[in-house]
Amino acid sequence: MTNNTSSGVAHAPLVGKAGSSFDRKGLVQITLLSLLLLVPIAAYFLGHIYYVNLASRMTIIAMAAVGLNLAIGYGGMVSFGHAAYFGLGGYVAGISAYHAFDYSPFMTWPFSVPGSDSLLVVWLAAVILCALLALVIGAISLRTTGVYFIMITLAFAQMIYYFANSWPTYGGEDGLPIYIRNTLPLFDSSNALTYFLICFTGLVLAMAITSRLMKSRFGAALTMARLNDVRLATAGISPYPIRLVAFVVSAAITGLAGALYADLNGFVSPNMLSWHFSGELMVIVILGGVGRLYGPLAGAVLFIMMETFLGGVTQYWQLFLGLVLLGVVLFAKHGVMGWLAGRERNE
Amino acid sequence: MSNAVLSLQKLNKHFGALQATSDVSLDLKPREIHALIGPNGAGKSTLIGQIAGNIRPDEGRVFLADTEITGMSIAQRARMGLGRSFQVSSLAEPLSVMRNVMMGVQALQSHSFRFWKPVAKDRQLLEPAYEALERMQLSHRAWTPVFELSHGERRQVEVACALALKPRALLLDEPMAGLGPEGSAKLTELLEALKLEVPILLIEHDMEAVFRLADRISVLVSGSVIAHGDSQTIRQDPRVREAYLGDSDA
Amino acid sequence: MSVTLLIEQILNGVQLGTMLFLMASGLTLVFGVMGLINLAHGSFYMVGAYATAAVTASTGSFLIGLSAGIAAAACVGALVELLVIRRLYHRPHLDQVLATFALILIFSEGTRWIFGSSPMRLSPPSWLTGFVTLPGDTRYPIYRLMLIGVGIVISIALYFLISKTRLGMRIRAGESDREMIGALGVNISKLYTVVFALGAGLAGLAGALVGALQSVQVGMGEPVLILAFVVIVIGGIGSIKGALLGALLVGLVDTLGRVYLPIFFRAFMPPSEASGVGAALAAMLIYILMAVILAFKPKGLFSAHD
Repeated sequence: MTNNTSSGVAHAPLVGKAGSSFDRKGLVQITLLSLLLLVPIAAYFLGHIYYVNLASRMTIIAMAAVGLNLAIGYGGMVSFGHAAYFGLGGYVAGISAYHAFDYSPFMTWPFSVPGSDSLLVVWLAAVILCALLALVIGAISLRTTGVYFIMITLAFAQMIYYFANSWPTYGGEDGLPIYIRNTLPLFDSSNALTYFLICFTGLVLAMAITSRLMKSRFGAALTMARLNDVRLATAGISPYPIRLVAFVVSAAITGLAGALYADLNGFVSPNMLSWHFSGELMVIVILGGVGRLYGPLAGAVLFIMMETFLGGVTQYWQLFLGLVLLGVVLFAKHGVMGWLAGRERNE
Repeated sequence: MSNAVLSLQKLNKHFGALQATSDVSLDLKPREIHALIGPNGAGKSTLIGQIAGNIRPDEGRVFLADTEITGMSIAQRARMGLGRSFQVSSLAEPLSVMRNVMMGVQALQSHSFRFWKPVAKDRQLLEPAYEALERMQLSHRAWTPVFELSHGERRQVEVACALALKPRALLLDEPMAGLGPEGSAKLTELLEALKLEVPILLIEHDMEAVFRLADRISVLVSGSVIAHGDSQTIRQDPRVREAYLGDSDA
Repeated sequence: MSVTLLIEQILNGVQLGTMLFLMASGLTLVFGVMGLINLAHGSFYMVGAYATAAVTASTGSFLIGLSAGIAAAACVGALVELLVIRRLYHRPHLDQVLATFALILIFSEGTRWIFGSSPMRLSPPSWLTGFVTLPGDTRYPIYRLMLIGVGIVISIALYFLISKTRLGMRIRAGESDREMIGALGVNISKLYTVVFALGAGLAGLAGALVGALQSVQVGMGEPVLILAFVVIVIGGIGSIKGALLGALLVGLVDTLGRVYLPIFFRAFMPPSEASGVGAALAAMLIYILMAVILAFKPKGLFSAHD
């Protein structure tokens, strides 16, 4: 075929529509993020520590959901077992603090590992261990698809849940208290506002990483793996390793959120590992808008507001949560962000 | 070995008692279109599966250029230079044409574990993809989402996707299916030009297109190649006529 | 003593397996015929137990209560199918998971609202209490033996239903080819409602029978639901035969693991540590079993679907 387009014209349409400027979607996103930042700061100076901690909880749950959204929303991997990583992250913080508290070593063989009360060490350990766990679980689960994948991720999480439940050393089903919040150099992590800001920074970083990742070559391949894995393989890229890496990153983000959560509450228990929590995390992702960057944030804010305010009115608030969720799934597929910010263009 | 770009050697495949492929040997030479035809149920899909890599043959070997690809995965074969299109369009509908075509370029250039640089401005990716689209005369649709394309345009995108791999051989599975006479004529013209660069193994129902395009034709019936030759030979072969007449009650 | 323990534990394992089969058969049928993953199946188990407890308490007859429990679960199942599930058949699995998760929340909180948070009393009728002496001097509760009997009867009945009746023929046609069954002129939506109600009824039966053994409370269906998922994943989703074998396998491995793993570790560990390690490992055992089976057969042992 002869190419008779002049070279000047040929390159003109190379770059697609640039990200549109400040529109409705951008407005909603900025509003959401700044409210989440400013309300707790105001609450802190008005003396309402309760609301600062509530905002920390929203932020952390949102971060866990950002992790899950990477698997479900961007990767099309419906994991029903992300509580495993959230809980493991939590237990890393708990167990580390437990050993730091009574100066006992975590293990003595083959080499000695002491406990630590440094948040940086805890976070690093949580991320690495969750990534390793996800590597094993993902490697087996991703050999399957569809319903099998859903059930297998669920079953693996249950396995960890029952293990934590029946392993007596770290409290078994009673859970494990963290007597002193783990510390960070330069910052006073026991201050509610400081801790909120730490969590907020974590959330923003997680969202930024997700966004950047999805624009990269890796993200392009992952998107194709979700939409059409045969096309991806035919184009010369094996879907399996792409999915596995996304699954591992997703678990690491959720695990880090778990570590933050344990320190916020000063407590870890098998509840963090329960399948109910996996379900709630999925609910948050869907309520907010699956596969949208700000979806998990919107979902977490909505969920925790419902839990707090509806739960204050009636102890049966989960009945209403169920009805809302049913309504969203059956009739409003694009979640809160779809409703507030309009439908996503393209992917 | 001959100068064949793609060659199948004595492929055999059973499903239970059914012999879906029986001793099939074929080759594809540079600058040619080799058409594979056969009535429904002749085992064409099974054979394509064995070439493309989603079905493993029980016996026999597949070579691309001089490399054996029999045991390779679909993705490995693609990177080796086997481009293919599907009978039923298999594009990612919500994505732009460009994003579909780009995948092949990405696979050729490096592994996909690059997490940082955005693809939207990556000329290294965009330019080759754009070139592939130009060859299928579709560059004006580069940023259109696939779901807005006409059926014929999708067919062209499919071929462009395969071209993005800079393939050594193309495997096109009924590219004319569902096209009107006009679309069919256009694609025929495009393929005729294309074969000079990349030889094409064409599986096609549209006999008119086959007889016009193919340099050689192989006829598959009940899993075996019963006839082989240029279009003249095939037209006159009594076994082919019988197979088709028996099949279609024409 | 050791042989007695073994016989007793094997029977317990089989009993758990038969109850799991009642749950798993409904789940796997619904998946096989309608392609639907239903988390709310555990809610039917709970509904069956509560209805049985309530009716037994007011009539004084366990059998009337049990029939009411099965009927209530089947009716609730049919209702749920008509109102919600029907809209989910052509939806992605993610939507099905979420909508049925929502149903769990609604059922659990609704039940808590109506019946309160404390467990309800339900005990086996007096004519089923007591023990029988089995060969080897094993004394075994009659009620548990009866559960095994019910499980066997239901398995045989299901086998006949599916292989010999018109309904069964339609179910099998639906499993192998969803398009074709429509072409055959079968009223699909009616078939789906019936299959769904059948599964719900079986779950209700299991809930009522087990409820009399353990306790009737909100959330009782959830652990069983997850075990039933493990069962059908092991057996191959959509396969009744797989569900039966998977249920027995899971029942036996789980029961025997909990008894014998701590004993096993006591052979080379201090007793306190051994029981901890043994219990923790036993709790994980069926999931390990599932992972091993899936590592070799990603579609389960007897997959009816691809």
